[in-house]
Amino acid sequence: MNDRTLEVRNLNVTIRTDRREVRPVNDVSLDVLAGSIVGIVGESGCGKSMTARAVMGLLPYSGKVDGGTVRLCGREITALPEKERRKLRGSEISMIFQEPMTSLNPVIKVGKQVEETIRLHTECSREEAKEKTLAMFREVEIPEAETRYHCYPHQLSGGLRQRVMIAMAMVCKPKLLIADEPTTALDVTVEAQILNLLEHLRDAGTSVLIISHNLGVIARVCDYVYVMYAGRIVEQAATEVLFGRPTHPYTRGLFRSVNSLREGSATLETIPGVVPNLFRLPAGCSFSLRCGQCGANCEKNMPELLETEPDHRVRCFLTEKEDAE
Amino acid sequence: MLRTKQKRTEQAADLRLQSQIGEEERFGDLMRRMARENKTAVISFFVIILMVLAAALAPLLTPYEENGMDLLHRLSAPSTEHLLGTDEGGRDVLTRLLFGARVSLLIGVVPALLSLILGAVLGAIAGYRGGIADAVIMRIADVMLAFPSMLLAMVIMYALGGGILNVFLTLTLVNWANVARVVRAQTLKLRSSEFVEAAQIIGVSRNRIMRRHILPNCLPTLLVLFTLNIPASILTESSLSFLGLGIQPPNASWGLMINTGRQYLYNTPWLCFAPGAAIMLTMLAFNFLGNGLLDVLDPRMQKQ
Repeated sequence: MNDRTLEVRNLNVTIRTDRREVRPVNDVSLDVLAGSIVGIVGESGCGKSMTARAVMGLLPYSGKVDGGTVRLCGREITALPEKERRKLRGSEISMIFQEPMTSLNPVIKVGKQVEETIRLHTECSREEAKEKTLAMFREVEIPEAETRYHCYPHQLSGGLRQRVMIAMAMVCKPKLLIADEPTTALDVTVEAQILNLLEHLRDAGTSVLIISHNLGVIARVCDYVYVMYAGRIVEQAATEVLFGRPTHPYTRGLFRSVNSLREGSATLETIPGVVPNLFRLPAGCSFSLRCGQCGANCEKNMPELLETEPDHRVRCFLTEKEDAE
Repeated sequence: MLRTKQKRTEQAADLRLQSQIGEEERFGDLMRRMARENKTAVISFFVIILMVLAAALAPLLTPYEENGMDLLHRLSAPSTEHLLGTDEGGRDVLTRLLFGARVSLLIGVVPALLSLILGAVLGAIAGYRGGIADAVIMRIADVMLAFPSMLLAMVIMYALGGGILNVFLTLTLVNWANVARVVRAQTLKLRSSEFVEAAQIIGVSRNRIMRRHILPNCLPTLLVLFTLNIPASILTESSLSFLGLGIQPPNASWGLMINTGRQYLYNTPWLCFAPGAAIMLTMLAFNFLGNGLLDVLDPRMQKQ
């Protein structure tokens, strides 16, 4: 019995630039269990979106997957020919983006755009497709679905456009929905509605992989969280565990900066420094440059992603030492 | 009083919204909407229809023959008998204008349309596929653009010989490269836009993305290019005719009429003036119609 919707193992992505190659996704393994919402957190440029794109099979022209496997419901998909992968996209695996303003074609009515998904993946008449589209509009709680069907994207608000995007992604009932910063461009009330909607979809049988830099969003909906830094997973745990006992110095730093706000402290606590340039990663742990507890070993060697307690993995030498003591 | 007025404007706004997001539009609805938003465009539309009708019904509209010489009345001024006077062969200018419209309208529209289609398809392929397809198509376009278009047209016409079909072909070959350049640039911009990515994500194939998502977004640019190409084609044809490569006398085309009328410009300016005005009218009509169509066809241009 395979209850993993998505199973990524040791995934590497390289991007070839004029100068040399960089590896924005490095040895990433992650699972999305059926009927769960899984989050990936991290700063801008840590490889979150690249991971999602590699799973979708939509890397930029200069990028390629080299090494690792991606299994969708037990079926290896990285090696499939482009035509097969195209069939999967939209029907088995789908994605929504952060910018609902620009993700819809400005010259096609939104109803027609949703219909396109149906007509690509199933044999059905125009009327049936329209019926399904309207049903989907109601499911994602678009008011006055009939009227909205004939709207162009610029006639809708940001929240409605994101709903249309979700309808478009979900109309063929994919097994997995990847949501890349689904609420970043929306205001807080709409954000809450969209998150409710994602939970509702999860309950209806679609697993969701949320990518976000917003810890609040992650805490609110995710069952399990992966923290990424400079292309690698540095910590992974169930949401309560991670938020209760953040272990990696980077994760702790992230939480401190959020908590300093919550506790009304006058200054915002930050993690010193910036995300390292992928061309010039430090020899050892990629976080060593910004880590307050960095030791000699950290600068030389890359720590492994090791279990500190059941189902809680951390990539840090400090935690290993604690175990030894 | 004030309240009723306010209510009325609200109702009007409601109606507008409904008309914008209503059911599938019929051609009549489209024209009605255009009439509301852009009157010049509708007038232009009827001017074009009128010109086409006049060209088609030319033999019925005039008592004279296209090439009916009347050497006794050559170069006569406009009168009730000859509304636009006669030319150097004593032929009625209005008659020749009507018959010339058949050739000139076709020469204006057909090559503009053909070069638009050819250029748009090749430009979109070059921009979207990139790589070898891009290199090959754009280098051919560069070669076409490197020659002065008149020279290129002359060379092709010499090679192919006269006749209206060859004029179509020549003008298409001369004009497509410009269209391709512009469409390629647009495609490059659109290719990386998020809605194209979104289309990929729902599993749309590359060809379909090009057809359904990229080309429709190029429509505004294409319409402008189309309206600009029409007068350019008419004028190039006139030059070709002048050089003896296009439409051959005694048959009439507007460009040819201007060119022969040029010699008598000082004494009988109407010989040039009439076909000149016809070309200008055609160009303006297509231009206004293009703008009007843009207003109603492109949802982004619609007034909120």
